[in-house]
Amino acid sequence: MATEEHSEGAGLAFHPMDQFIVKPLFGGDTVHWYTPTNVTLWMAITVLVIFLLLVVGTRGRATIPSRVQSIAELAYGFVHKMVEDVTGKDALKYFPYIMTLFMFIVFSNFLGLLPLAFTTTSHIAVTATLALAVFLSVTILGFVKNGAAFLGLFWVSSAPLALRPILAVIELISYFVRPVSHSVRLMGNMMAGHAVIKVFAGFAAVAVISPVSVLAVTAMYGLEVLVAFIQAYVFTILTCVYLRDALHPSH
Amino acid sequence: MEGDIAQLGQYIGAGLAGIGSGASAIGVGHVAGNFLSGALRNPSAAAGQTATLFIGIAFAEALGIFSFLVALLLMFAV
Amino acid sequence: MATDATEAAQGAADAAHAATEAPGMPQLDFTTFPNQVFWLVIALVVIYLILSRVALPRIAGVLADRQGSITNDIAKAEELKLKAKEAEEAYNQALADARAEAQKIIAKAKEEIQADLNDAIEKADAEIAAKSAESEKAINEIRESALESVTEVARDTTLEIVSALGHKADADAVADAVDNRLKG
Repeated sequence: MATEEHSEGAGLAFHPMDQFIVKPLFGGDTVHWYTPTNVTLWMAITVLVIFLLLVVGTRGRATIPSRVQSIAELAYGFVHKMVEDVTGKDALKYFPYIMTLFMFIVFSNFLGLLPLAFTTTSHIAVTATLALAVFLSVTILGFVKNGAAFLGLFWVSSAPLALRPILAVIELISYFVRPVSHSVRLMGNMMAGHAVIKVFAGFAAVAVISPVSVLAVTAMYGLEVLVAFIQAYVFTILTCVYLRDALHPSH
Repeated sequence: MEGDIAQLGQYIGAGLAGIGSGASAIGVGHVAGNFLSGALRNPSAAAGQTATLFIGIAFAEALGIFSFLVALLLMFAV
Repeated sequence: MATDATEAAQGAADAAHAATEAPGMPQLDFTTFPNQVFWLVIALVVIYLILSRVALPRIAGVLADRQGSITNDIAKAEELKLKAKEAEEAYNQALADARAEAQKIIAKAKEEIQADLNDAIEKADAEIAAKSAESEKAINEIRESALESVTEVARDTTLEIVSALGHKADADAVADAVDNRLKG
């Protein structure tokens, strides 16, 4: 069911997962770690679009911004305010990293919505790398900044003494579940939406229900546009929250 | 025959896991509804709490996504 | 379903299938993981370099410039407002000055006119006095001459009356008598 070369035209044929297959770009079968694949292509497009928006769009440096420049400024202000509000002013030196994450995810999500596109953020390998990078850097940062005091994050001093060990275990587990939920949330949302659209699109082959199916695809697409942004926002804001925990573990 | 029964199990399991998506929908609805009722009582404080709203929605939704993932795994991966 | 897929893959014995042998979910095809991670890291590093070297400083600069020019403009507006206030004050001052000046000029003019008027009145008074003195003199003259005439007329009349009565009247005596009577 998952492979591409299925017998076409054999009635209803659902291949909802085919869109996620990683293929080498220039023929060949094996995917080595260096092979340029469709992952490479769409990541390159993501980088290009970010470059166009944030560098080419702002080349005028106009005081009264053009349309593209005001979008770039909007993105800048959005993430900047998020970091400042959630993490605090002292975290603004990590702003470029968080901005990198946000721009990459939001553009991967949006570009993945283009027909025939490949959604890089729908792969657990990608999102897990992102989430692990956040998890490891936040943990290391926490220990570097606070030393052993960082462990106070797990020792809830406001709880009754008898409860504290139990709470510590729970906190520890929830701390290590963070990268899992962080990555699976993004990947699951992206993959689920695209797969559902694909399933609805598969129903369009039947003439009777094809109008319903087209309507459903349209509705799902609208929802997906929303989800694409919200998931990028959520990923970024959770990164900010984790960063705040690392910088100020006392509360 | 044996494969058929295994497949049957997979499909039933996937369907059961799909219930989780609906459950998470209830959760997300609770989060959003409670936020709205709080926001209507004190609209001035609402603007500062949208980040918390989205975090709450994300946590509630993540569990639904997990169950959806389980369904997909049962359908395609096992 | 998945067994289907593997069977199909094996059955087809396609080179591609045999090579990739993708499980149902391409996300769980571990052979593609190093590739994705590798390209992801490259993409992230490139984005980070673009952002931190070019984009973010530039946007921050633009925003700071805008903030600065807004502050400048506000300060300038404040200054202009102050200037406008000063100008208004100066205008009011000038207006008051002009009014005082006008008042002065009016008072001066009034004074001059008054002086002229007084002069004229004086002159007129003097003229009138002179004229009235003259006319008094004339009147007096007329009265005197009239009196004289009256005496003459009285003498003549008396003389006539006396002669009419049949007396031979002495002109001197009649004149004396009339004069006595007139003196009363």
